[in-house]
Formats: sequence, C-alpha cells, structure tokens
Amino acid sequence: MKLETTGKSGIWQKFGPLLALVLLFIVITVLNPSFMEPNNILNLLRQTSINALIAFGMTFIILTGGIDLSVGSILALSSALMAGMMVSGMDPILAILVGVLLGTIMGVINGILVSKGKMAPFIVTLATMTIFRGLTLVYTDGKPITGIGDSVTFQMLGRGYFLGLPVPAVVMVIAFFILWFLLHKTSFGRKTYAIGGNEKASRISGIKVDRVKVAIYGLAGTMAAIAGAILTSRLNSAQPTAGQSYEMDAIAAVVLGGTSLSGGKGRLFGTLVGVLIIGTLNNGMNLLGVSSFYQQVVKGAVILIAVLLDRKKS
Amino acid sequence: MQIEMQNIYKAFGQNKVLEGVHFSLEAGEVHALMGENGAGKSTLMNILTGLHKHDQGTIVINGNEISFKDSKEAEEAGMAFIRQELNIWPEMTVLENLFIGKEMVNGFGVLKMKQMKARAKEVFKTLNISLPFDKEAGLCSVGEQQMIEIAKALMTEAEVIIMDEPTAALTDREIEKLFEVMKDLTKKGVSLVYISHRMEEIFAICDRITVMRDGKTVDTKKIVETNFDEVVQKMVGRELEDRFPHREAKLGDVVLDVKGLMKKGMFEDINFSVRQGEIVGVAGLMGAGRTEIVRALFGVDQIDRGEITVEGKRVSIRKPSDAVRNGLAFITENRKEEGLILDFSVRENIGLPNLKSFAPSGLVKTGDERNFADMMIKRLHVKTSSAETIIGTLSGGNQQKVVIAKWIGTSPKVLIMDEPTRGIDVGAKREIYELMNELTERGIAIIMVSSELPEIVGMSDRILVVHEGEIAGELLKQEATQEKIMALATGGN
Repeated sequence: MKLETTGKSGIWQKFGPLLALVLLFIVITVLNPSFMEPNNILNLLRQTSINALIAFGMTFIILTGGIDLSVGSILALSSALMAGMMVSGMDPILAILVGVLLGTIMGVINGILVSKGKMAPFIVTLATMTIFRGLTLVYTDGKPITGIGDSVTFQMLGRGYFLGLPVPAVVMVIAFFILWFLLHKTSFGRKTYAIGGNEKASRISGIKVDRVKVAIYGLAGTMAAIAGAILTSRLNSAQPTAGQSYEMDAIAAVVLGGTSLSGGKGRLFGTLVGVLIIGTLNNGMNLLGVSSFYQQVVKGAVILIAVLLDRKKS
Repeated sequence: MQIEMQNIYKAFGQNKVLEGVHFSLEAGEVHALMGENGAGKSTLMNILTGLHKHDQGTIVINGNEISFKDSKEAEEAGMAFIRQELNIWPEMTVLENLFIGKEMVNGFGVLKMKQMKARAKEVFKTLNISLPFDKEAGLCSVGEQQMIEIAKALMTEAEVIIMDEPTAALTDREIEKLFEVMKDLTKKGVSLVYISHRMEEIFAICDRITVMRDGKTVDTKKIVETNFDEVVQKMVGRELEDRFPHREAKLGDVVLDVKGLMKKGMFEDINFSVRQGEIVGVAGLMGAGRTEIVRALFGVDQIDRGEITVEGKRVSIRKPSDAVRNGLAFITENRKEEGLILDFSVRENIGLPNLKSFAPSGLVKTGDERNFADMMIKRLHVKTSSAETIIGTLSGGNQQKVVIAKWIGTSPKVLIMDEPTRGIDVGAKREIYELMNELTERGIAIIMVSSELPEIVGMSDRILVVHEGEIAGELLKQEATQEKIMALATGGN
C-alpha cells in the first residue's frame, strides 16, 4: 500500500517479480513452444491454484511478522474429515462447508496460541503441524479415504470447467479478488500491515492486536481447507499424507512475491506472481524433461536469487 | 591516580552536549557528579572511559596528557564504568560473569578453573564479600550483582571506578554494604565517581561534588562547604524565560479520577484526579515510576489494584483499546518504538486510531481519511510534502506532531503525554506547547510526564512529584519552583 509512493525502488519491488515471471515465460517458450499452448496454460493455472489459495492466507500471516507451518496438515485433516462425512452420506456441499469451517477452527487455534499464549508462531505451528498430521493419520488409520460418491457438483470443484477455465483456477481468481479487497481496502487489511509494521504502536493505537491475529490465522486455516476440498475432489479421495511440505511452497511464493518475512511490507499481487513463478518453473521443467531431482535444486536456487535481489535494492 | 579533565567539548552532530567542562578527580576520593537528566554527566564519563572521543579539551592523568582510542585502552589504564543497567549475564554463574571475555586459559584454550577461582577469592576478600561461585548470576539480588560488577572492575586493577546510580535498585541494607565497600576501596587509593540524584547519599559518602548543567560545569566544591539547598539551586539554576506560551486555565469538572493505583514493585497508592482543561505535570527522577504509572493507566501494563473513574463512571482498563474506548489517548515517550508505524504514510498513521470513524463498515474511506490528514497537517503545521509521505522520513518534531494529530481525531477526554518534547528542537517545542494550550481550551485534560523541570513548571497547572513509586507531593502552579520539585523528587521535603 505504501509502495506506490516510494519511487524507483518501489516500482522495482512492485514489478520486479512480474518481470521475472515474464522472462521465465519467454525462456521456457523459446526452449519449448508447446508451453504457450492454451491447454498447457490452463493446466498450469489448475496446478498452481492449490498453492495459491494457501499462499494467499500465508501472506496475511507473514505480513504480521508470523509464519504458519501447519497449513499442509490443516489441508490434510480437513480433507480427511470432508471425505469421511461424505462417505457417511452427508450432502457433499454441506460436507465441504463443514470441512472448511473445521479448517477455520484449526487456524483459530493457532491464532489463540500465538496471541493469547504469547508463543512464537514458528513453534506453535510446528507443534500443530505435527498434531493435525497425527490426527489425520488417526482418523484415516493411515489409509486413503475413497468411495466418496459420485456427486457431480463435488467432482466439478477439482476437475470441472467454468466458461472454459478449470474450476480450481476460477476459485483462485475469485479468492484473489476477495482477499485483495480485504487486504488493501478494509480496516482489517490496514490493521494487518500495522501489526507487522509495529505491533507495540498498533496496540497503543487501540487496535485489538490479539483479535486481528486470531482472525488472520483463522483465515489461513480457511484457505488451506478450501485448497483441501479442491485436492479431495481432484483425487476423488482423501490422502493421509496430502499437503506435506505445501507450507514450504506457500512461504516460497510469498517471499518470491516480495513480502518481507519480518512483516509489514508486501502485497497480495506479489504472492500471486510468486505462486505463478513456482508453478511455471514446475510446469516448464516438466515440459523440458528436467529430472525432478534437479527441479528441486533449481527451485531452491530461484528463491535464493530472488531474496538476494530483494536485499540488494533495499 | 589523579585526573584533570579541562575544557572538554563534545557534540553529536548538531547537538552540543558538552561545552567546556572541567572535572578533576583525586586519588582515593569519592566525587559526586550531579545534574539533571541530559546535563551531560554520562557523556563526560563516557569520554573518560574511552567510549566517546572529545572534540576539544585535554585529559591529564598523573601529569601526562592522555587520549584513549577506545574503551579497551581506558580499561587498561585503570578505568571502570559500572552502568545503571548492570552488565550481567543472568544465565551464567557468578564465576563466569567475573571472567567474561577475560577467561584464563591454557595453551589449548581450556579454562584454568583453579587459577580463576583463586583470583576471584582474592578479590572477594578485598571486598569482604562472599558469594557462591556457581550460583546463577540472575538468581543473585541486585545488590549482589552490583558487587559482581565491582569485583569485575577490581579484576582489571581499576584505579578509577565510575558508578551510575548504583543504589537505584538496592535495599537499605545493601546500600550500607555498598558504602562500606566504597570506603574500603578509597582507603586502598581507588577513586570513585558517584553519579546519583539522591542527596542524602551524596552528603553521606562523598568528599567533593561537581554540579553540571546544560553541558557545562557549574561548580565543584568540597561536600563540607556546601549544603542541600545550594546544590539543588545550582542544578536547576536557569531562569524561566518566555519559552512557554501563556494561557488562562479554565478548569471544568473532574474528568479522570484515580484511586489506590498499585503495581507491585513499580508504584503504590497512587491517587490523583484531573479536571477538564487542566494540565497536570508529573515530575520525578528517571525510574521513580512516572512512566510506569501512566502506562498502567492506559492499559499498556496491568495494574494489580486500583480504581479508575472517567467522568464519574468507573471503568476497567486492561488493554489500550479499553483506554481508547473510554476517551483516553497516550503519546508515549518513544515515538519510533511505540508511537508510529514508520513504514506508513502520514495519512495512514493519523488514521490508525480512527479506523472506526474512517471505516465504519470495515471499508476504509481513503478520501475522508486524506481530508482529515490534510486538515491536521495544516492545523499543526506539519512540514511534509503531502499526506502520502512516509512518516519515517520526517524530522522528529514533525513526527511528534503527527503522533498528536492521530489522537486528536479520537476526540479524547484525557490526553496523556510522556516526554512530549523529547529530542525535538526549540521551535517545534514551542509549537507543541501552543497546541497543548489549544487542546485544553477545548476542555481536554492533559497529563504530562516530563524530565524537563522548566517544562513541568512552565506548562502545568498542578504538579505531582513521584518519588520511589509514590506521589511524594503535589504543588500548585503558584507555589511550584524547580527547587521544590527537585527536593521532593530526591526524597527531601
């Protein structure tokens, strides 16, 4: 929000990641023109949607100077609970809503532990990551939950198309606009930045910091659970190991998008670009036939370079 | 060791801190160094111990002119500075603390425990103290920690030990013990510089006294040739010029009433009330509890007991948002740490406590916010290119005006200002005083905590003097003088 007025470095900060994404597009297209085919682009959008939803929620948390390592586990647990409810005959739509609500509650638990418990977000979510994963394994008995019925509406969520676009991509775009509005146009968003910029000053200005934090962790839980619903639909099952290391991809996307890990600075648009950079790297390297082992090396290197560039200019 | 500091000048940027200071120290004497906060005592001692370099002047030690490159060189020459904030590693043992950074090791880097213990025992014996070596330093009392610091100084063969407010956190018994140790040290030829605000102690232990004011030495005298009143007068000395805009106080009803406010170890039995349109000054020495009282009043810290009444209604203030809801506003003493979001624009900072009015439905009406910010910028003469300028780029005085502006929007009943003019230039100070007067005309009550006595005397209708966590006295504008305040603040009467 403040970057609009900070001149040269602000422009670079705002468009640097976007520039990197465009460059990446060009390089991959030159190496393999089929990358730009509509089908592949739609595929890319669908692939990135799950990371995008998680990373959007993560952006709010990182803006306050926090972190959430438990989002992958929240995804898995809410996915398993949704599948379980559907297997037991619950209406799929209702099951999704209840599942997402449970994801919100898991996030709220994180938020309460962080704000009221005055514990470091890293520690809290490291612990709840393990707890939620453990509960998932207990609930699923370590086995995938299948046979969740053949509801067309439910299958649409992960595999359908709307106006020619994959439904997950549509969800991603809608979520982006809603959260962009929330972050940049409402007092909730302003408070998010304020807490990350100076928590003490925010508190003294009468902001109910604890309450805002609980809401933000709840939001991250909600987003993880929505991602869980999409994944469940796409796989037509709930996997006990679903979402493992997804928190890392989300954090990477947020950081690639220029959001500072110490909080207070960053934009949701940056996160969207960050998500697309990671998605494009994955997709492009697959197309180019890069071994998946090397892919990890490249991804890590890209993150390092991005953060290094970010440091240089400030 | 005999020391002469002559004609010492020191400036930090534009800020002249020392302007021609003279200070001398004889072997085996206890020399008191007194002055108001900001008089330049610490800077002078930092120069003597090599932390800062003086711009002009000479330091002569035992007849030789000397200039220390850094604090290490000063330490080797026998200087030791025991600061108010003790340099203790609480998780480490007494022995580890004594040798921190100066551990005795053999050729392989392994600690020579036996030698270290022997040396520590020796030093403890000269100090006539006993402390278990393996006790965690954090578990020692403040008095014991002080002894560790003194022992550390003796380990380095210090011949000059400077103590900054050493008794601030000590019990009477511990003070007695400290004085005994000090007397023993002087018998061994060690010189002590004793920085303190406590008159009784200075007259009890010191041989000579030097009073500083505004970066200059006012006088140096033998303690037997001066008295309490003379010292206080020399400390505050200056005349009240027309630095403070005149105002006719129009007092209304009691708006805030505080009864029996207590926070363990900080303050107790605090009772006072403030009227509409009144400025109540809160004076006292640093660490006396002034800031702690107003912070607790605003809900930044929790009180253990006490009643707070706003406009006749009993209120419960547990967090700052409670205070804001009840019409209180708080300008903290450190605007960068607690007053502003430095990355935010002027507009966003002003908007922060007013989000309820600018975003009644949750959606921020940026236009309204900008109009209000523009209005405030004009009214308070904030020097900024626009409301969108990042606050961190403004000068201290302008930042402070923005902190005030953000609270005016909340239409507070009581405005608490902790050191409202700290670190800002004279012109901006005057503007802030005028603004305070303007606010009181609109019926706002102001509680002003300040270390600057002229400001307290010049601005307040009534003055509360805090001493060791209690209100030691209350002075009306007509009867208030800097001398009276200082006397109350230092525990006299």
